[in-house]
Amino acid sequence: MAANGDGVTDGETLVARAHPKGAGSEPELSEIVRKAVVPAPAPAAPASVPDRALYAPRQKIYPQSVQGTFRRIKWAVLLVTLGIYYLLPFVRWDRGPHAPDQAVLIDFSTRRFYFFFIEIWPQEVYYLTGLLIIAAMTLFLMNAIAGRLWCGYLCPQTVWTDLFQMIERWTEGDHREHLRRDRQGWTLERVGRAAAKHFLWLMVAWWTGGAWVLYFADAPTLVKDLATFQAPYIAYAWIGILTFTTYALAGHMREQVCLYMCPWPRIQASLIDEYALNVTYRYERGEPRGSVKKSAALRARGEPAGDCVDCLQCVNVCPTGVDIRDGTSLGCIQCGLCIDACDTIMAKIGRPTRLIAYDTDLNIRRRQAGKGPVFRLVRARTVLYAAIIAMVGGLMLYALATRHAEGLAIIHDRNPIFVRLSDGATRNGYAVRLLNKSLAPRRFLLTTGGLADGFIEVVGDTTSPMGYPRVEIGPDQTREIRVLITSYEHLPPAASIPLTFSAIDMETRQQATASDFFKGP
Amino acid sequence: MADKREIDEVTGTPTTGHSWDDIRELDTPMPRWWLWVFYATIVWAIGYWVVYPSWPLVTSYTKGAFGWGSRSAVATDLAGLKTLRAPMMDRLAAAKLEQIMSDPQLLDFARAQGRVTFRDNCAACHGGGGGGARGYPNLNDDDWLFGGKIEEIAQTIRHGAHADDDKGHLMKMPAFGRDGMLKRDEIDAVTDYVRSLSGLPVDPKADLAGGKKIFAETCSTCHGPEGRGNRENGAPNLTDAIWLYGSDKQSIVDGLWNGRGGVMPAWAGRLDETAIKAVAVYVHTLGGGER
Repeated sequence: MAANGDGVTDGETLVARAHPKGAGSEPELSEIVRKAVVPAPAPAAPASVPDRALYAPRQKIYPQSVQGTFRRIKWAVLLVTLGIYYLLPFVRWDRGPHAPDQAVLIDFSTRRFYFFFIEIWPQEVYYLTGLLIIAAMTLFLMNAIAGRLWCGYLCPQTVWTDLFQMIERWTEGDHREHLRRDRQGWTLERVGRAAAKHFLWLMVAWWTGGAWVLYFADAPTLVKDLATFQAPYIAYAWIGILTFTTYALAGHMREQVCLYMCPWPRIQASLIDEYALNVTYRYERGEPRGSVKKSAALRARGEPAGDCVDCLQCVNVCPTGVDIRDGTSLGCIQCGLCIDACDTIMAKIGRPTRLIAYDTDLNIRRRQAGKGPVFRLVRARTVLYAAIIAMVGGLMLYALATRHAEGLAIIHDRNPIFVRLSDGATRNGYAVRLLNKSLAPRRFLLTTGGLADGFIEVVGDTTSPMGYPRVEIGPDQTREIRVLITSYEHLPPAASIPLTFSAIDMETRQQATASDFFKGP
Repeated sequence: MADKREIDEVTGTPTTGHSWDDIRELDTPMPRWWLWVFYATIVWAIGYWVVYPSWPLVTSYTKGAFGWGSRSAVATDLAGLKTLRAPMMDRLAAAKLEQIMSDPQLLDFARAQGRVTFRDNCAACHGGGGGGARGYPNLNDDDWLFGGKIEEIAQTIRHGAHADDDKGHLMKMPAFGRDGMLKRDEIDAVTDYVRSLSGLPVDPKADLAGGKKIFAETCSTCHGPEGRGNRENGAPNLTDAIWLYGSDKQSIVDGLWNGRGGVMPAWAGRLDETAIKAVAVYVHTLGGGER
């Protein structure tokens, strides 16, 4: 907990912060302090219990359906993200006769990544580095603006769990109904409903795994092959693996993934600051909580009464089983469903909505101290994150826009470093690799500069007997050639003369250059 | 203490029972699924014992249910590689040397194959890149003792030089001094003359005329009247800039006195014909190959 720079340090606020609920039994500050003091020597009879089990039993969660703004946002995000995931492999993108026409394709066999108009070669994997930096910074920026936006709306774990919970409610009933059936024990109806649920879950999981493999091969062909059992074994294996993980993670593990497996809740907790919006229970308005009747009575007597009617709707709708009124916690993925649930109740009992809302603890304390709320979007960290995103994004765009469709790489022979010819000339050998990243075959003129009389030839080349050799290279390919440079120049002992090689496209005049050395005896 | 555990007042969680300067550690239980995953990994490990070679016995080891071994896995991989390369290997085996040289795809394949064979078999003498050493010819240059055409190179690889192969190159540089054919001062004179052929500096007092006479009588049979060499018998060209054993006077005198006859093994029988073709192509394309 941060900051006492807002003039709210009196005991009452401290107590309210530490113990927001149960206003009637509000413990005195002295009581809290007494409890916090560690008794000096070991107590004579320490409280003891028999050994606890090795494991913590999981509390099963029956999230209740809810309607409202944030639920609608979540449905929309779910539709869009899953729609993209399931259908994107079928989007076509014409690249001409020499490349696949799938818009997004990770082609391991030819080691190419296609993304609409972008094609990435393995040696350009630094684009991935840029993407990862942007992804991390976007995550940090979201966190600085409004807490766990990623967790609540965008994380695949959240999206798929949401979908699976919808199926669960559809087959086994909503919160109350599901709870009642579970308590009744196993009936034939319950078995049927559970079977239907698991069947639907497995279907979704299977479809998820099926869509995954389509990113790695031509989607329509692979679908046909999969259906006729002609597809490679590895495709079925991956579908199986992803069916299992989806079914296990979204169906069974759910909030356990967020609570125990995911590092982000821990990391984000250390990245957050007091100005970041969070799904917050406005306890200054809600406490002391009590039933509608009791609160009405209190208000009638002119005594303080909170808006929270302790209906537990916020807890019932929570997909991770958190009570938001206990404050921000690791378990809260900040999906905003409790806001919807609470708003519904507030509207029913005629109190203002947004008792739970995107707000900050700082604002609550400011309101308690009679000041207005502050929302500071422009802060050092948001500006820094945005700047890094803009910078890396700009760099990547620049690199993409100026990406060369041709390349040249040279390795000088190591044994021998130079060759003495019978007529006294000196010759050096090079392994030259030409890259043609364009989707059409090209012809390059290979030239060299740096030696006054350097004669360049390509081993095995018979088409260009004199002058500069011409090298043909197929679309989207590399080609290694052996290049010899001969010089009659009288070189100083152990000479090492810088050389430049150029491959010039004979039609477009675009060229790639590389430098190396010419070594003498 | 086993059944009596202290409960931490603030969290309600038992402690481990140890106390370090009054600081105690909470014994927070693990989630149940985590524990089950842990047990599952143990069961999985047992599966490994069944499937893979694992337990050492007195003289052997448990072989695993499917007989898998890293040795046989390598054999399988190699067999797979062989199958993968079979179409190109068949083409290479069927093609004549000239055909290989005029087919870019086959040429690339032969060079790749030849490079591996060269490094496994030839690099010990000729160097990893064919750079050679004293007494072992540099294969990158344009000077060939027995001919630099592709077929000539292949022939030399097949049957060698001064090896026990009748089809190979058999002629040797005789030991003129040791065997009493030339006297020491004659050798000195002819050495100076030979050095002068390629423009190397010689002692002003050297007997070049005497050397020339001896050369014409003794050496020109093999090296030719002008010393340009003869590939039929492997006599090197003495007028160029390339010297297998060095161009200094001492080395030439040594060659004349003791003779020369560096051995190139005959590789027919050790390498199959396809490999020999591939190596010939590789050597030819190092840069010195003649058409």
